[in-house]
Amino acid sequence: MTARFVSGDPVRVRPGAKPGHVRTPDYLKGKPGRVESVLGAYPNPEDLAYGLSGQPERVLYKVGFRQGALWPDYEGPAEETLYADVYEHWLEPGGEE
Amino acid sequence: MSHDHHHETKPESATSPLAARVRAMEALLVEKGVVTEAEIQDNVAYMDSRSPANGAKLVARAWVNEGFKTRLLSDGRAAAVEFGIDAVASPELVVVENTPEVHNLIVCTLCSCYPRNVLGRPPDWYKSFEYRSRAVREPRAVMREFGFEPPEGTRVAVHDSTADVRYMVLPMRPAGTGGMDEEGLAGLVTRDCLIGVDAPRARAAAGA
Repeated sequence: MTARFVSGDPVRVRPGAKPGHVRTPDYLKGKPGRVESVLGAYPNPEDLAYGLSGQPERVLYKVGFRQGALWPDYEGPAEETLYADVYEHWLEPGGEE
Repeated sequence: MSHDHHHETKPESATSPLAARVRAMEALLVEKGVVTEAEIQDNVAYMDSRSPANGAKLVARAWVNEGFKTRLLSDGRAAAVEFGIDAVASPELVVVENTPEVHNLIVCTLCSCYPRNVLGRPPDWYKSFEYRSRAVREPRAVMREFGFEPPEGTRVAVHDSTADVRYMVLPMRPAGTGGMDEEGLAGLVTRDCLIGVDAPRARAAAGA
C-alpha cells in the first residue's frame, strides 16, 4: 500500500459527481480539509457494489474538516471538526493552510 | 436514561409495502435454494443477540483497566475480540475518546453504518434522514434534543462513518462513581452514550 498523503497533509475533496455507488458525501465535495490519519487500504466500494473485485485496493483516509468551512451558519466554534473517511481517488492536494 | 420515546419512530408495519417486498424476496431466495428458512432464523437470532451491552462492557473495562483502554483505543476490533465479543469478521472498529476538551458524535450520512458487533442493530432514529442530515451540520442542536449539552469549553467532533470503518465513543467516566465495580459502571453506559448523543451520569444516591 502506497499512500499518497500522510497525516497532516492539506487536501481537498474532488468536486463533481460520479454515477453509481459512491462513498463520498456530496456535502464534502470541493471542501478543504486535512488528513488526520491513514486508515488502510480497502477494496474499492464503487466497484464492489456492482459485483466486481474492487481491486486494486484504495487507500482510505480519515480527513478532518473545519465546521466553519462546511456550514456558514454553524452553531459553535468554527474550528470544530467534522471527520469523514474519504478514499484517495477523491482527494487532491490543497486545502486550507 | 433512555430518550427512545422521543426519537424512535414506529417499526415498519408488518403489512407495509416494504415488509411485503422483503417477504417476497425471502420466499424467492428460499425457493431458489440460496438460503434456507433455518439460516434466516439463525441470522435473525444472531443479530438480536448483539446489543449495546457489549459496548457498555468494553467501556467499563476501559474505565477500570488502563492497559485495556490503550488497546481499545489503538485497535477496537482486537480489543473486542480479546474481550470475547464475536467481532473477528467485522469491519475495523475505531473507538474515539471523549475528554474534557472533546466530545465525539457518530453518524453515517450515507446510510446507517454502525458498529453492530458491539452495539447491535442501530435504532431507527440513527437511520433517519433527519438525524443523518442534522448531526453533521448542527450537532449541538441534535444533542440538546436528546437532553444533553457538552460542558462549556468542550469542542464537538463529529465522525461521519462514510466508508469501511465503524466508530464507537468511549465516554468519560462520570464523577462520583469511584466506588462502583465494573458491572455497575457498565450499567451507566447507554447506547446513546456510545453514539455520542448523550453522556453517562452517576445515578444520584437515595436522598442525595
